[in-house]
Amino acid sequence: MSLILNAVEVGPKLGKPLFAPLTLRVAPGEVATVMGPSGIGKSTLLDGIGGHLMHGFVLRGQVLLNGRSLPELPAEARRVGVLFQDAMLFPHLSVGDNLAFGLARAVRGASRRDAVAEALAQAGLAGFADRDPATLSGGQRARAALMRALLARPEALLLDEPFSRLDAELRAEIRGFVFDHVRAQGIPALMVTHDASDAEAAGGTTIAL
Amino acid sequence: MRAEGRALRGVVALFLFGGLVFPIFAGLAQTARAAFGVMPAIGADNYNLAPWQQLFALPGFGTSLRLTLVTGLGSSLLALVLATGFCAVAHGRMSNAGMARLLTPFLAVPHAALAIGLAFLLAPSGWIARALSPWATGWIYPPDLATVNDGNGLALIVGLLVKEVPFLLLVIGSALGQMPVRQHLAAGRALGYGRGLVWIKIIMPQVYPQIRLPLFVVLAYALSVVDMAIVLGPSNPPVLAVAVTRWYAAPDTALILPASAAALLQVALVAGAVLAWLAGERALRAAGLWWLRQGGRGQSSEPGLKLATAIVLGLMILGALSLAALLVWSFAWRWSFPQVLPQSWSLKTWMTPGNGWGRALGTTLVLGLATTALSLALAVAWLEGEDRARRTRASWAGVLIYLPLLLPQIGFLYGLNILFLGMGISGGLSAVIWAQMLFVFPYVMIALSDPWRALDVQHVRAAAALGASPARRLFAVKLPMLLRPLATAAAIGFAVSVAQYLPTLFMGAGRVVTLTTEAVTLSSGSDRRVVGVYAVLQAALPFVGYGLAFVLPAVVYRNRRGLQGGGA
Repeated sequence: MSLILNAVEVGPKLGKPLFAPLTLRVAPGEVATVMGPSGIGKSTLLDGIGGHLMHGFVLRGQVLLNGRSLPELPAEARRVGVLFQDAMLFPHLSVGDNLAFGLARAVRGASRRDAVAEALAQAGLAGFADRDPATLSGGQRARAALMRALLARPEALLLDEPFSRLDAELRAEIRGFVFDHVRAQGIPALMVTHDASDAEAAGGTTIAL
Repeated sequence: MRAEGRALRGVVALFLFGGLVFPIFAGLAQTARAAFGVMPAIGADNYNLAPWQQLFALPGFGTSLRLTLVTGLGSSLLALVLATGFCAVAHGRMSNAGMARLLTPFLAVPHAALAIGLAFLLAPSGWIARALSPWATGWIYPPDLATVNDGNGLALIVGLLVKEVPFLLLVIGSALGQMPVRQHLAAGRALGYGRGLVWIKIIMPQVYPQIRLPLFVVLAYALSVVDMAIVLGPSNPPVLAVAVTRWYAAPDTALILPASAAALLQVALVAGAVLAWLAGERALRAAGLWWLRQGGRGQSSEPGLKLATAIVLGLMILGALSLAALLVWSFAWRWSFPQVLPQSWSLKTWMTPGNGWGRALGTTLVLGLATTALSLALAVAWLEGEDRARRTRASWAGVLIYLPLLLPQIGFLYGLNILFLGMGISGGLSAVIWAQMLFVFPYVMIALSDPWRALDVQHVRAAAALGASPARRLFAVKLPMLLRPLATAAAIGFAVSVAQYLPTLFMGAGRVVTLTTEAVTLSSGSDRRVVGVYAVLQAALPFVGYGLAFVLPAVVYRNRRGLQGGGA
């Protein structure tokens, strides 16, 4: 049960890879960190692992998640959750419907609503189901986004500088909230950031690009 | 994974080339063949130059050609100058939303309805003459003046300006939205340049490349307009496109070959005008750079700007009064010269849809809804295909979208109808829907492309990471988030369909009657009250469409702050 990157390179199909081959093993419950200045290709690496690369870009090397090879799979079949810089809650759906959007199909009937309500409660958002996501604060949005990602029962989580838009105080709080959930779920998480304090708080393997 | 969206893109390509590109070129080929003497349907099957000799010998041909060039090039150049001047004054003083509100009515109203209203206004017995008579003019009867259908095409130029200036303002406005205009203006004025000169020397050179293609659409349209030219333009001889339409419609089939030659000439005329424009651009660029290096500050450019602004406002007032004139005439009963308002009012024309406007309204609605729905579906499929391939658009595809708007309609529609006749679909609704889509689709596609690309791709990635299939990402995330631009694109497409004249006339073979074809037919010398009703309905439909496009998203997303605002 882990996320394994073996000599992974990402770059233009015909050009040079953005960075030297990367090898990394992320254990369940661990938050590994890839550090580097902006523009080095950190986000592109996550795009490659999650299946969101632009046309003309390729990922070379091996990516294994719990023994499954990811690169052949479309994004929706990889079971890799992503948290972005902005929460990316869908603006046309209520907060509850955003979470329901992520909730796995296997949960059926009335238990779907319960699952959403429980996730909201865990995020300190009890009773927010009918709210417009645009009315939430930054911290509330970040917590809702994590809950939405976790309800999809991902086998790994990618964190694309998810805390960089939050102010210092909120940052520590949300970071703790996310890392606690990752550990509780026992899934590997890979974070890219240019902030050393994020890496320190994560406490996992850290690699500089 | 590699083949993502390949099937979808295949289907789109099939529809695009089979349904839109092929008919245009096939129609053009038929026209070209006929121009050189070959049209088996009327027993002509030898390539020769006789159609051209006949064309040059047709009475009024030379005048038609001159009129076309004067009205087409003149109105386009004037429109560009006026729009530039107006922007220099209005930009920064007017919010984007305010500008959009001001322009939308002029963009929405069909050319034909506006032309008819303008004729009601400018005619010797029109509103302006009535307002001035008899106290200022002494006229008790309508004077014998050619204020509409004048031999120089002045009324036509005014009509074209009322439609084209707002269009260019819209296009320039959206180009300005992507530029640091305020800073450039401040920098230029701090160096001692007058506002007008900063605009001409600094802002417009940056705007121009972005508006060049829409400008060519304006140029092509002005050179080949038919409906507006029938209502406002010189009548004998008319501009070339109207003459060609008449020759095609003449009972004498011998005129079809010279008409085809003229239609081909019309295409060449537009191509030539575009080339001449490009040459003019080069010369102006060289001259402009020399001028710029002289460093003239032009602090006296202000009066020119004020004049341009005054003219543009005057055109807008003319346009608004034209629409009012339509409305008043449709409710008038007795209204003799020189009364400013009708002596008696009546709902009679409105109460008798059986006289024809009821059916024309129904047909117009069916055509509008069908072409809009099909165009929207094709546009969404195209854009989604691009997304799934994760590609940006190839530049040839961008040009392809503009193709039907740059080619004169008269150049390929008659030829296309010959093909439709061969397929046995001419004269039916489906043929008209197909032909209208050639012009509705490009506008829908243009309107939808930018908002579609502006959608934050991370929303879509977030949905994929949550396990949503491509179809679910499209229907549950993208389309709902794009409701407002989708509605706007639909309103634009619907307005374009309602305004179509030539495709309906040719492909409908006289059997498909819409508000537009009927209004234009009736505009020459019929009862103004009846014409008024047709024109009011024709103008009202696009307004209703735009209104719905504004209200629908606002109501659906009244509780979604993230999707409100953002204008049209």
